[in-house]
Amino acid sequence: MKVLEGLKYSKDHEWVKIEGNKAWIGITDFAQHSLGDIVFVELPEIGSELNKGDVLGVVESVKAASDVYTPVSGKVVEVNEELGDSPEKINEDPYESWIAVIEIGDISETEELMDADDYERFCKEEE
Amino acid sequence: MKKTPLYDRHCELGGKIVDFHGWALPVQYSGIIEEHKRVRSAAGIFDVSHMGEINVEGPDAADFIQKIITNDISRTKDFRVAYSPMCYPDGGVVDDILIYKYSSDLFLLIVNASNTEKDYEWMIRNMEGYRTRISNVSDSYAQLALQGPESEKILQKLVNIRLENMKFFDFVPEAEICGKKAIISRSGYTGEDGFEIYIDSEYAVMLWDNLLEAGREHGLVPAGLGARDTLRFEAALPLYGQELSPEITPLEAGLDRFVKLEKDDFIGRDALLKQKSTGIKRKIVGFEMVDRGVPRTGYDVLAGGKKKGYVTSGNFSPSLGKNLGMALVDSDYSETGTEVAVLIRNRELKARITELPFYSKKYVKG
Repeated sequence: MKVLEGLKYSKDHEWVKIEGNKAWIGITDFAQHSLGDIVFVELPEIGSELNKGDVLGVVESVKAASDVYTPVSGKVVEVNEELGDSPEKINEDPYESWIAVIEIGDISETEELMDADDYERFCKEEE
Repeated sequence: MKKTPLYDRHCELGGKIVDFHGWALPVQYSGIIEEHKRVRSAAGIFDVSHMGEINVEGPDAADFIQKIITNDISRTKDFRVAYSPMCYPDGGVVDDILIYKYSSDLFLLIVNASNTEKDYEWMIRNMEGYRTRISNVSDSYAQLALQGPESEKILQKLVNIRLENMKFFDFVPEAEICGKKAIISRSGYTGEDGFEIYIDSEYAVMLWDNLLEAGREHGLVPAGLGARDTLRFEAALPLYGQELSPEITPLEAGLDRFVKLEKDDFIGRDALLKQKSTGIKRKIVGFEMVDRGVPRTGYDVLAGGKKKGYVTSGNFSPSLGKNLGMALVDSDYSETGTEVAVLIRNRELKARITELPFYSKKYVKG
């Protein structure tokens, strides 16, 4: 299972890449692996204001539908339309397959997220 | 959870084990879509040892079975398999089963795993007056399903019978496979050609290993419950608990072919006759999503903003690359081409009624 240095992670298995006041959000390798073959991604609407913990999107595998939660509050400024046509990209390369970009409302929220080492340990306990 | 004799093999092969009605079984090994496509293009092997087996024997065995099933086996030949729903008096379904006929006084019934106890008790309760002995022999058998176009070539290497002589729903009661006795039928639950093999549980691991070895050069892979479901779904084979249940009759499920109302009395006949004569008010249909979204079991089906039914099975179809579903809907909305909506996360997404099956079966018929 792959965990990338330099990203932040949530307990719901989302990854966050922070640059300035923007956060790229996707699901982790652990998450895609436990979901199995992903066949559909529902993206949020650009401009929607979300609170931390709100549903950012839905990822559906052959087995089931799973909500993706935003680990930070803010406004959706970009969505990854490519995943509409090629949802399997999340299985192939979860850390390149961001779902949406959020303009971070409260940067202090990112401090509660895990770093790579903590997340790796967290996953081991979940297994 | 109960384990089949192959539990350790599933773990060694990287199978993702889930709780399936109390059985620890692999939902997938390499991935559902990959396994699904292998079964369509080459072959897959499934551990279906959880299925129930019930023996019915005695001078009245045939009459007894005729009474509890909706299909007519009076002209079924020895060493042939028949499929049938088994109904309650109100026409709801106890289970859908396979009947292996050895002779008019000996049958082996294959029942859904989660229904085994219920079916057995149902049979015992209805056997009064019939000279027959009913026994649940589920624990004695392991069952493997070898499915896909390469199945015959793979299996032929291991058996002492000529498989090319077998047609769909034939069975050989005492074939020899790797030197051991087994029941082999040309049957399955994937829409592909294939075989089901019933063997003494103690030889299950030996047989599994030999099949995988013999199939390697033919592209055989182990396949899990996930692919079994997507495969049967594309072929529109009903799944008990979804397309069939105590609340859904076989006529509503579109299984008219297996309901012989003209034969002598059987349990559920009056209710089914009445349903047929007064018109079937709801039906199982197939549909294709027009808007983007994956339909799932239980989602509402709407027309004009009102609920007209619900999804019984739905998924992304790996063979067709579309989001498809089966639904139980008001008959007024069952015609091919009808526009309906599926309620997915509170949004009405467009769908269109289509013909079933989505994938035409590749059985080897006589």
